[in-house]
Amino acid sequence: MRDMPGRPSRRGFLKGSAAGVAIASLAGAVKAQAPEKEAPPPLDQYERVYFNEAEWAFVMAACDRLIPSGGNGPGAIDCRVPVFIDRQLSGNFGKAADWYMQGPFDPAANPTLGFQSPLTPAEIYRQAIPVFQDWCNQTHGDNFENLEAATQDAALTSLQKGEVGLAPELRDFFQFLLANTKEGYFADPSYGGNHDMQAWVYIGFPGARGAFTSWPGRENAQYPLGPVAINGDRA
Amino acid sequence: MATRTDPKKDVVIIGLGWTGAIMGMELANEGLEILALERGDDRSTVPDFQYPNIFDELKYAVRYDLMQKPVNSTLTVRHNTAETALPYRHLGSFLPGDGVGGAGVHWNGQNWRPQAVEYRLRSYVEETFGADIIPEGMQLQDWGVTAEELEPHMTKFESVAGIAGKAGNINGEIQEGGNPFEAPRSAEYPMPPLKNTWDSELFADAARNMGYHPFPRPAANASIQYVNDYGMQLGPCNYCGYCERFGCNNYSKSSPQVCIIDALKRKPNFSYRTRSEVLKIEKAADGKTATGVTYFDEKTGEEVFQPADLVLVCAYSLHNVHLLLLSEIGEPYNPDTGEGVVGRNYSYQMTGGTSMWFRDKVFNPFVGTGAGGMSIDDFSMSQIDFGKEGFIGGSYITCGHTGGRPIQQMSLPPGTPAWGAGWKEAVGEWYGHSLSIGSHGSNMAYRDTCLDLDPTYKDRHGRPLMRMTFDWKDNDIRMTQFMKARIEEIAKSMNPDAMASGYKGDGAQYDVRPYQSTHNVGGAIMGTDPKTSAINRYLQSWDCHNVWVMGASAFPQNIQYNPTGAVGGLAYWALEALRKDYLPNPRPLM
Repeated sequence: MRDMPGRPSRRGFLKGSAAGVAIASLAGAVKAQAPEKEAPPPLDQYERVYFNEAEWAFVMAACDRLIPSGGNGPGAIDCRVPVFIDRQLSGNFGKAADWYMQGPFDPAANPTLGFQSPLTPAEIYRQAIPVFQDWCNQTHGDNFENLEAATQDAALTSLQKGEVGLAPELRDFFQFLLANTKEGYFADPSYGGNHDMQAWVYIGFPGARGAFTSWPGRENAQYPLGPVAINGDRA
Repeated sequence: MATRTDPKKDVVIIGLGWTGAIMGMELANEGLEILALERGDDRSTVPDFQYPNIFDELKYAVRYDLMQKPVNSTLTVRHNTAETALPYRHLGSFLPGDGVGGAGVHWNGQNWRPQAVEYRLRSYVEETFGADIIPEGMQLQDWGVTAEELEPHMTKFESVAGIAGKAGNINGEIQEGGNPFEAPRSAEYPMPPLKNTWDSELFADAARNMGYHPFPRPAANASIQYVNDYGMQLGPCNYCGYCERFGCNNYSKSSPQVCIIDALKRKPNFSYRTRSEVLKIEKAADGKTATGVTYFDEKTGEEVFQPADLVLVCAYSLHNVHLLLLSEIGEPYNPDTGEGVVGRNYSYQMTGGTSMWFRDKVFNPFVGTGAGGMSIDDFSMSQIDFGKEGFIGGSYITCGHTGGRPIQQMSLPPGTPAWGAGWKEAVGEWYGHSLSIGSHGSNMAYRDTCLDLDPTYKDRHGRPLMRMTFDWKDNDIRMTQFMKARIEEIAKSMNPDAMASGYKGDGAQYDVRPYQSTHNVGGAIMGTDPKTSAINRYLQSWDCHNVWVMGASAFPQNIQYNPTGAVGGLAYWALEALRKDYLPNPRPLM
């Protein structure tokens, strides 16, 4: 177990307990024998599969406000959440491949009847981002990514409240953006986000361990082991 | 038109989930030639649910990998008969399963028996409180079968599925530690209860202190090693926290494949085809029997006519009703006139919950089972004075961590921002510090809660989608508000640092977006009067005597429990009638 540079783990899974120290050194020993993983490319050099450059600039900036990097715990950028979203939009989710997408469509229907847009999530991102950028320019004088953090937060709040004039078929944009950002923060790292399982370490979720036979009923005892990913990586 | 006709079978089974597997196994033992048609994929514990790939919250819980894909099959929804229904385009409120095992793969494993009064709800209400208390438009009905009649069949299903629990009433004698309000059982559960998580113990202590009667929730998650009636083995649960929406990697959660299908596959007189969607049940010229089914064979792209002497409709409840409507078996229900039977009395499930946060308590919520935990039945149907309280219905109340998966099971106190620095701070601060007490309640059927064919939207085969008309009604809102008050009393006694409740209130509209429950029932309901039921008390179609319809589509209104226990029990009940009475002399049994 290693600490994230500059952001000590909030819970400190292993700190301060003898068992924790023993497990930590074991994990360290295992890690030392494993070949060093190649660091992924910096986000500005990441080879995008869906987003264009303008969209990428927006998504990077938006994720950084939805889950910012300051304070306790990693932020969305630390966890490479934009990579996750890029990949999701190029895949089945972005294409609405599993969804019923036959018309007629009534995108302005009572929201309790659910998603009714003729557009796929990927198309909604593509069409909504320029509308929102226009709104940011008109209201705040610049593209979203160039605004001060507090102004960005205000703009996202307006987007969340439906105040930026998105057409009905784009009305789910903010919900997708927020949900996808949280998914990328907490999903298995194989999807491109939750880099190094930092988000799992932060909250104390053990990932794909999946065997806790002796744990039911323990009172106020913190589970001592750090997370594992589906590919066997340990944080 | 069918492009291929296959050799005749004795029995064709539509859908290979719990009831399809049960019927297949028992009728294969009778020596009949059986073919099961499953429209989804084949699925087995290995490789489909194996460690560690199954522990993938995004793939299975968020993107619904094991569920029905709306692109292949969905329905339309509206709140009332004046609205235009719109398609349920992606999943949310309920999650029909597909593939071998059906929803029996991804269920939590909460396995209940209805209370005795629930089977004869209309009679019970009239006898006890008078017919005057039944609200206008509520179509209360008896099932036409009693708890006593079903008891041996419920026991059989629990024995096959291997249920862990503690009996509360064995042959009329109340048992310490069990549910004192359950219908009499003939025996103890096949397995002892699961180990409890700490949250459920805290709840049970609080409930006990208030004079209630906590008991372990009956669970289809194995607490010990077990071999069932068909020689199938279950291994003790690992408390992995990946039950609902996942297949079990550990042969611990009862599923059709773990409990039945792997044995059924070895029978020479049983076969099954996947990616084979039944399009229609074909009727004989006189309309009194079915001649077989036409299905779409996705592997060859052909429409196939499969002749059979007996057609068992064993799909998910909604799909059962859809298929009957498409096949014109039974008169379609008309909500304007109240006439017709197929599509009548759709109902759902009324749930609510109160969450609590404790700064100084660590729960490790990822240590969990789909069905473990503690419940009380002190506010169940048999315990409530409907006349005094002003509603008909009831709930069980329950507590237990089913998992701590961070995308979907992150529980944050009221007032937490949905995003930003405050959200991030809160997930670090509060993850694993909460518990939730839930109410799982009945839902009554009304004249206008129903299923029929949509006039506009079509499926991939060009058939009309089914249309659901449903909204919450005052009776059921009053019931859930009653539970809210009871649960909040218990919750406050536990002294949380923060607490929040979520229950339907006045004016609540049915919302297809948030997950609520996959307990869609009714539409092909059982009964003793062909004017008000689609199938008789043995689950046999009134119209075509060789068509039998299994599943929760038979419930005349929803019970206060999860449906699978009753679905399994009804299947064994129907089998007894089939085997002893129908097969020797095929005819309408009523």
